[in-house]
Amino acid sequence: MSAPSLASTATPVLRVTDLVKHYAGRRRPLSREKSVVHAVDGVSFAIDAGETLGLVGESGCGKSTLGRAVLRLVEPTRGTVELLGRDITTIDDEALRQLRRHMQMIFQDPFSSLNPRLSAGEIVAEPIRIHRRSTAAETQDRVATLFERVGLRPEQMDDYPSQFSGGQRQRVGIARALGAGPDLIVGDEPVSALDVSIQAQVVNLLMDLQDEYGLSYLFIAHDLAVVQHISHRIAVMYLGRIVELAPKRALFATPQHPYTQALLSAVPVPDPAARRKQRIILSGDLPSPANPPSGCRFHTRCVHAMPRCSTETPVLKEGQRGHWVACHLY
Amino acid sequence: MNDAAPVLEVVDLATHLFLRGGVVRAVDGVSLSVASGETLGIVGESGCGKSMLALSILRLVPSPPARIVGGEVRFGGRNLLELSDAAMREIRGRDISMIFQEPMTSLNPVVTIGRQLAETIELHQKLSRRAAVDRTVEMLKLVRIPDSERRIDDYPHQMSGGMRQRVMIAMALSCNPKVILADEPTTALDVTIQAQLLDLMAELQAKFGTAMLLITHDMGLIAENADRVMVMYAGRKVEEAPVAELFAQPLHPYTQGLLGSVPRVDEGGAVERRRLPEIPGNVPSLANLPSGCAFAPRCARAVAQCRERAPPLELKRQGHSAACWRVESGVNR
Repeated sequence: MSAPSLASTATPVLRVTDLVKHYAGRRRPLSREKSVVHAVDGVSFAIDAGETLGLVGESGCGKSTLGRAVLRLVEPTRGTVELLGRDITTIDDEALRQLRRHMQMIFQDPFSSLNPRLSAGEIVAEPIRIHRRSTAAETQDRVATLFERVGLRPEQMDDYPSQFSGGQRQRVGIARALGAGPDLIVGDEPVSALDVSIQAQVVNLLMDLQDEYGLSYLFIAHDLAVVQHISHRIAVMYLGRIVELAPKRALFATPQHPYTQALLSAVPVPDPAARRKQRIILSGDLPSPANPPSGCRFHTRCVHAMPRCSTETPVLKEGQRGHWVACHLY
Repeated sequence: MNDAAPVLEVVDLATHLFLRGGVVRAVDGVSLSVASGETLGIVGESGCGKSMLALSILRLVPSPPARIVGGEVRFGGRNLLELSDAAMREIRGRDISMIFQEPMTSLNPVVTIGRQLAETIELHQKLSRRAAVDRTVEMLKLVRIPDSERRIDDYPHQMSGGMRQRVMIAMALSCNPKVILADEPTTALDVTIQAQLLDLMAELQAKFGTAMLLITHDMGLIAENADRVMVMYAGRKVEEAPVAELFAQPLHPYTQGLLGSVPRVDEGGAVERRRLPEIPGNVPSLANLPSGCAFAPRCARAVAQCRERAPPLELKRQGHSAACWRVESGVNR
């Protein structure tokens, strides 16, 4: 099966093709075989320069694993990941290290992703030293500039992570990611641990930095409102697969996949006048990725399920321009 | 404000944390009331005292360092703060029950969920073991746990997060309480599961006429589920209004900022990629509050008066109160 390019230009910053990540799970009872967790199961997409692709889905859908596999922080089982036209899944460690400056990550938890024994300035300086080979004085200057750029005071370079609030720590994490001069930043729930008023500050900062440096983002989150706000296009994942991918306007205006429709209708709207909207309530829980349903993985919870849905896996197909959906209804 | 007599009334409640570094006023003179069948939403960011308020109502504050230092909690003609520990235990679970955010840490991991539920029912309803088990199965059916006759033998770790939270709700409802305190009841869950549970809670609340305090940071949940809303900031109530009014005409600059900074899903998909309005600065540390209005350092409208004296909570419109020097009082319009 040839994968759809799903990109709007010929030279995307990131192109992921048929990516698979399986984990060895627990041994099945009364069996010698270990179960296999299908965390990511054949995912393809691309991100253009200066573009944000939002990746949404519920816990256990594989979105975090996908983000890590894209950066090769976990080794993909199969498939290719091309960064700036180069397949990073086959290169050796040294070549990978060279390429790392082009791709950085921002984590969810600003409390555990910063080394507590380093000062904030040292944390931000580290990738600059490694990737840019600059002198100590140049590095210091650059760190100070980055601190100002992300809204921290240069005096705070000597402070330790414990002296910062959650929002400030996330700013340190962003400065660290920027230091290497990346083309792509993968953000794994980068604002979900923050208070609402602080979340807005960090979302704005990320958008400003994108405009300024032409960054590409893979923005992984479960909060649809934040994703809608920050993204250009959005991919929806369910049990290891992308079920729908579209420009954000099309995704929210005309969601095609029954799962996307249910997900959007479940989001509480902060407007009492819009109350009592028609919700699609899904029955049951997410099936285990160690034992995913056959055919379309959503068929066990789908109101439109037909006989072929349990036997035949739907592929992502382009309907309206740029609007991809994997569902037998279309 | 609602006309019905309140089931629960909190007057000037104060809970302080006595720490080595000094006294932190986690709940600093908060009053509220809630009637049967009504949902009072309580919103605020981390550290605003909303959870401590709920724990104080049930006298479950972690002591030390916390201690309830003043105020009243009126329920059933009594002040709960004056009851003996034994009398208070009777109230908890039977008359007022609580749903916590994380069901994994509030359920006992080594006891089956059926046993835990039956225990609560036996204790409060003086039922026989047999009758309590029947009622347990009935409660699990009510919260739509499939195959409930078999699931009563499950341990908490054998259930998904959504199922565990259902068990918590079943437990909270098992004795038909008059008041439920729900502290971020669905925050740990995915939105599709959250939608299932909130529909269920609304249905059960309508059926039993339960009063509810819904504590959350999620403005969407408040808009969809609360009848009235109170906004907390740094241990105090800064605004209270019926839900439609609060969202349409927020008075306090903090509430305005909070509502403005929440991105919202727009089904038209017409949202442009614009900057979100921000509230500058950080959520304050209660240990280190400024004098005067606690919000003044982050407030664009603050004047000298705001930094000198804390504004009292006043009725500014019909049924709409706010604590802000900069909002004109216009009760009579």
